[in-house]
Amino acid sequence: MKKFLNTPESVLSDALAGMAAAHPGLHVDQNAGVIRRAEETRVGKVALLSGGGSGHEPLHGGFVGTGMLDAACPGEVFTSPVPDQMLAAAKAVERGSGVVFVVKNYTGDVLNFQMAAELAADEGIEVQTVLVDDDVAVQDSTWTAGRRGTGATVFVEKIAGALAEQGADLAAVAGIGRRVNEASRSFAVALTACTTPANGKPGFDLPDDEIEIGVGIHGEPGRHRQKLAPAREIVASAMDAILAEPALADAGQVIVMVNGLGGTPLMELYVVFHEVAALLADKGAAIARSLVGNYVTSLDMAGASITVCRADAELLSLWDAPVNTPALRWGL
Amino acid sequence: MDIALTRQWVQAVAEAMDEHKDRLTQLDAAIGDADHGANMNRGFSAAVTALDTFEPESVGQLLTKVGNTLISSIGGASGPLYGSAFRAAGKALTTPEPDAAEFLAALRAGLAAIQAMGAAVLGDKTIVDAYAPALDAFAEELGAGGDLAHAAARAAKAADDGAHATIPLQARKGRASYLGPRSIGHQDPGATSTALIFEALAKVVNP
Repeated sequence: MKKFLNTPESVLSDALAGMAAAHPGLHVDQNAGVIRRAEETRVGKVALLSGGGSGHEPLHGGFVGTGMLDAACPGEVFTSPVPDQMLAAAKAVERGSGVVFVVKNYTGDVLNFQMAAELAADEGIEVQTVLVDDDVAVQDSTWTAGRRGTGATVFVEKIAGALAEQGADLAAVAGIGRRVNEASRSFAVALTACTTPANGKPGFDLPDDEIEIGVGIHGEPGRHRQKLAPAREIVASAMDAILAEPALADAGQVIVMVNGLGGTPLMELYVVFHEVAALLADKGAAIARSLVGNYVTSLDMAGASITVCRADAELLSLWDAPVNTPALRWGL
Repeated sequence: MDIALTRQWVQAVAEAMDEHKDRLTQLDAAIGDADHGANMNRGFSAAVTALDTFEPESVGQLLTKVGNTLISSIGGASGPLYGSAFRAAGKALTTPEPDAAEFLAALRAGLAAIQAMGAAVLGDKTIVDAYAPALDAFAEELGAGGDLAHAAARAAKAADDGAHATIPLQARKGRASYLGPRSIGHQDPGATSTALIFEALAKVVNP
């Protein structure tokens, strides 16, 4: 394992200290395990809170700021945060109008956020949860924990965050978050496994000439393994899975993200985007907005995920609304 | 089961988690995300620390404290599941120092909490596959006139057998479920840590 570490045990606290030093717009409370906006928001604003295991940076802490999240709770690497963190975060950022939890569909995240919601309710804080489950690689949701939450989390946090900033109420902010999730589907392909600092070696064995089709963001395997193929063929199988979803059946305007999993150069992500764009054009879909870069990573995994969101005028207008976070910034 | 013995149990679980953390993590690396050993070790070592300065008036209070600490320190799915189990066991106890039958009822409440939260049933390749047979063996031994020490020993054996029996199963809950058929052939880390917890119980009540 070659990584920039002081010790494997200190990776999270060292990284959080670095975030705090790099981004004065963030307030990082190491004891509480909470990253929140340094500036207090106005009374009456619905607060948007997310969290999850670390190792997916910039998700979620990099999306804290005006127009997006009010707070994020980083867990240990690939381990969901504990309810105390979400409760502390909720108490710190709620302004009397309730809190929306954005939760990726993994058993650990769901259980810990559920306990946090109960604790918050005990303290008189109203919570609504938006569960993100956009990963179409999980086909048999009856016999699994259900579709995983991946790239659509960025879209949910951006769009719901914009609506919260505009002063919408709790039900409306949660409602639009759920609508974005319903309209979004993702698919990921891994070229290599990732190595957690604690484990020190790759999470799964993937031969040099093979790729994992439908991988999860912690290296959970997907649909199958195959030999490495030209980008055009890999992207075509990913897009087939995404576009087979009823939610994306009608061609129309879409927001597209080609996301790097941590170990893939931007140049290759553009190769992927080129293929995605060609396939969408064939379907008659128009790419209204796009993101290309590392937004939901899996440590050092080489690979990419594609997320497509069917967007209407309302979603696009909220997408375009000003945002000022370490990882997304426009319209200011 | 008295307070001192329960303390020793938690201490023994913490020692077992420390000793087996690499093994649990390797099992988890095969079908999960390679953090179960570190998480369980962190949780139970936090529980031991919390108990150092805690003077409970009953076994129930002690177990509840352990549960709360696990919830606050483990994270992942294991935190809420194991934490709720210890909490539920603690809250189910009405007498300060329960006899073996009352203790069994508390352990049953713990299993019920796990199943209520995680919706897992026997055969899903989870904690339940070690926990449920352990309680059956515990109950059977008590029914046959055995004492706590014998019941705990049988429970430990049944939990360990149950954990081994997860090897041929296909996971249907949690992160391993995404593997589908590829989860077959690996022992479930959660069932394995449950077996360690019962083994620790057998050790302390049967010195």
